[in-house]
Amino acid sequence: MWRYFAPAVAFLALGGLFAYALMRIDQGKLDIREIQSPLIGKAAPAFVLPSLTDPPHQIDSHALAGKPYILNVWGTWCGECRAEHPALMALARTSGLPIIGLDWKDEHSDARAYLAQLGNPYAEVAADDVGRTAIDWGVYGAPETFLVSADGIVLAKHIGAISEAVWEKKFAPHLKNGGRS
Amino acid sequence: MIPELGTLAMVLALLLAAAQAFFGLAGAQLNRQSWMAVVPAAVAGVWVFVVLAFGVLAYSFIVHDFSVSYVATNSNLELPLLYRFAAVWGAHEGSLLLWILLLSTWALLVAALSGQLPIAFRARVLGVLGLIGVGFLLFTLFTSSPFTRLMPAAADGADLNPLLQDPALAAHPPMLYMGYVGTSVAFAFAVAAMLSGKLDAGWARWTRPWTVASWMFLTVGIALGSWWAYYVLGWGGWWFWDPVENASFMPWLATTALIHSLAVTEKRGLFKSWTLLLAIFAFSLSLLGTFLVRSGVLVSVHAFASDPSRGLFILALLIFFIVGSLTLYAVRAPTLKSEGGFELVSRESFLLLNNALLITAAGLILVGELWPLLMDAFDLGKISVGPPYFNMVFMVPGVPLVVLLGIGMHAAWRRALLGSRKRQLLILGGGGRALARRVAFAFFGGPGMPLTIVCLAAGFFVMASALIEPIEQWRKGQQLPRAALGMAIAHFGVGVWLLGVTGVCSYKVEKDVSLAPGESTEIAGYTFKFLEMHKVQGPNYDADEARILITKGGKTVAELPTQKRTYRVNRNPMTHAGISVGPTRDLFVALGENVGGGKWSMRLQYKPFIRYIWLGAVIMALGGLTAILDRRYRVRRTAEAGAFEPGAARKAV
Repeated sequence: MWRYFAPAVAFLALGGLFAYALMRIDQGKLDIREIQSPLIGKAAPAFVLPSLTDPPHQIDSHALAGKPYILNVWGTWCGECRAEHPALMALARTSGLPIIGLDWKDEHSDARAYLAQLGNPYAEVAADDVGRTAIDWGVYGAPETFLVSADGIVLAKHIGAISEAVWEKKFAPHLKNGGRS
Repeated sequence: MIPELGTLAMVLALLLAAAQAFFGLAGAQLNRQSWMAVVPAAVAGVWVFVVLAFGVLAYSFIVHDFSVSYVATNSNLELPLLYRFAAVWGAHEGSLLLWILLLSTWALLVAALSGQLPIAFRARVLGVLGLIGVGFLLFTLFTSSPFTRLMPAAADGADLNPLLQDPALAAHPPMLYMGYVGTSVAFAFAVAAMLSGKLDAGWARWTRPWTVASWMFLTVGIALGSWWAYYVLGWGGWWFWDPVENASFMPWLATTALIHSLAVTEKRGLFKSWTLLLAIFAFSLSLLGTFLVRSGVLVSVHAFASDPSRGLFILALLIFFIVGSLTLYAVRAPTLKSEGGFELVSRESFLLLNNALLITAAGLILVGELWPLLMDAFDLGKISVGPPYFNMVFMVPGVPLVVLLGIGMHAAWRRALLGSRKRQLLILGGGGRALARRVAFAFFGGPGMPLTIVCLAAGFFVMASALIEPIEQWRKGQQLPRAALGMAIAHFGVGVWLLGVTGVCSYKVEKDVSLAPGESTEIAGYTFKFLEMHKVQGPNYDADEARILITKGGKTVAELPTQKRTYRVNRNPMTHAGISVGPTRDLFVALGENVGGGKWSMRLQYKPFIRYIWLGAVIMALGGLTAILDRRYRVRRTAEAGAFEPGAARKAV
């Protein structure tokens, strides 16, 4: 007699699993779209790239050490980056961290015009013309945003446009102990 | 003003659906004739208002009413009329409305064509369908209204996803949903039977044509999706084991099993509780598909903008319907008795094996589908389960299934009897194997892998085996009953499909190259020459078009254009593949990127037998259609009382 209840019980267990998954999505802990970056917990890939805004100057990732920073991958060709732009401007004001822009495979003149017109949230912008650095960082679409600790470890990564909610859930918790890994 | 009418129509449909559910279920339970009598009218009312709501949304698209948020996000001034109409179901909200429209259409058909059913039974069936309608109307109104206004109105829309701007895709969702939603009819029949406590041969016979009808739509819908993926996604694949493809394939497997199990329940009075369970499974898997696509718990190319609150709502619906019906099943199933036994080698045992294999396949696919979720829930890390797993778990039950199908078709009910067929089948089996080897040599110049030969031989064997009976009857100058003919056609289709799958999987050739105009390359004996490049303007896109000349042995085979389109509004690039279609192979060219130096990357493919995959599916669906038109589903209306005994129908087929 009781064996006839097996399908109902099995489905209830499945329903429980779904409810749990939905709860985790809601809390921002489960983003099934996102493949966990293998970089998390590892040293951030080093780069030396020309500065977009101050051309002869080179940006060396080693010079960024000692203080946590945000790395944001963008391009003028990327519509989602434009949508993300106001959130970055806000983040530049409120996070207290420098945002390093990685301008990915872009026309320098377009990129400079874009920042002049919409405002520049970046402390520095590195121009990755050939996309080599983006490959090192495992970028597969713009925008992507990384949080790097003071000792040069990648703490978190977000794929897609960043927002205040994403910042609070995924990035800010890592900064509680002063941004050390 | 007009869009508000849409909302109003949906609210009225909701109220009427609630009346349909209440008067249907309560009327049958309390045996109030007057309550049951209003149910068909309520069904018609729901349908009218849902059609009205659907029409309002379609109108808003056609007249470019960008004050409606859904229209503004999924249409554009340049979007051609056909796609403006198809855009109605181009995203989450509108596709739900389509879901509801098709549900109410099924209910209307049941109400109109089931005059022969006992009145209480019909009231219960319609009541259950009404309850499902209430659930989905509530879901749409509260979480996903397509009529929400945008203030201020947009000047122009963001355009329909370019992937969806294709004729096959305009037809794919309605077909697929018709199949998905159609499983709700078999489900409603099962719940009604459990509520009334009566499950006999008559019940199985009423349920069969509805189940076959939804299966037929599901078959066509899945095939259209596969065909679309083949030429639109530009990858040249025809099946990706994408979570959403699986979500449509699992109900297909369960419905296929249900069709076969219903045959046993009707003819022999066996497998009753199993048949009920399958009817519940088929519908549950359809609902599950709806949940997985729209809740964002799985990744897929099809995923709608995900929203956990929507997910929670569908989950609640899912639990209500599935746990509710399974609990009812747990209470009722122990009281159902089978009416006799059967021998080890009989049609019953073949059909039992068929069910076991189909459900094993569906179950293993479900496990693969949910595995990443489980891993995450228990914090075991992220993984994705891919084609190697799915191909394996489908092949292992699939190949024996096809071979057994060729034999089981000819087994007699109840007794161990293949009789004179045994010799015929052995000859056909040997013939199939010889033919498979010849095909491998003739087309591909080699003996072929053992698995390839087994699959090709099984394909030929099933096709031949399916033809035995129709040919014998035709020789005798008799006509096979439509249901038997339909079965033969559908099984023939399975053989055709298997040839296609085996040909493509075993012998396809793919090559990624970079060519400049004037250069050429060769695959599978065909020479592909990149002739030239020019620009093309479409209604809402600009494209770079390449022309490719394909020759074999100096003779021209085809000249194919292939485009890289950029849609003007959302700037999405899209590949439009060039395909040369043939009975033994497709040649496929997809244009990639401009890699500099005048060179373009392209993907060239040689796809032997691929057309047979879709042809097989179409033949299967035609078989279903033939079976539905069997006279016995219509003529019996008058003699219903007499047909209640399981024996009455035993002789037909």
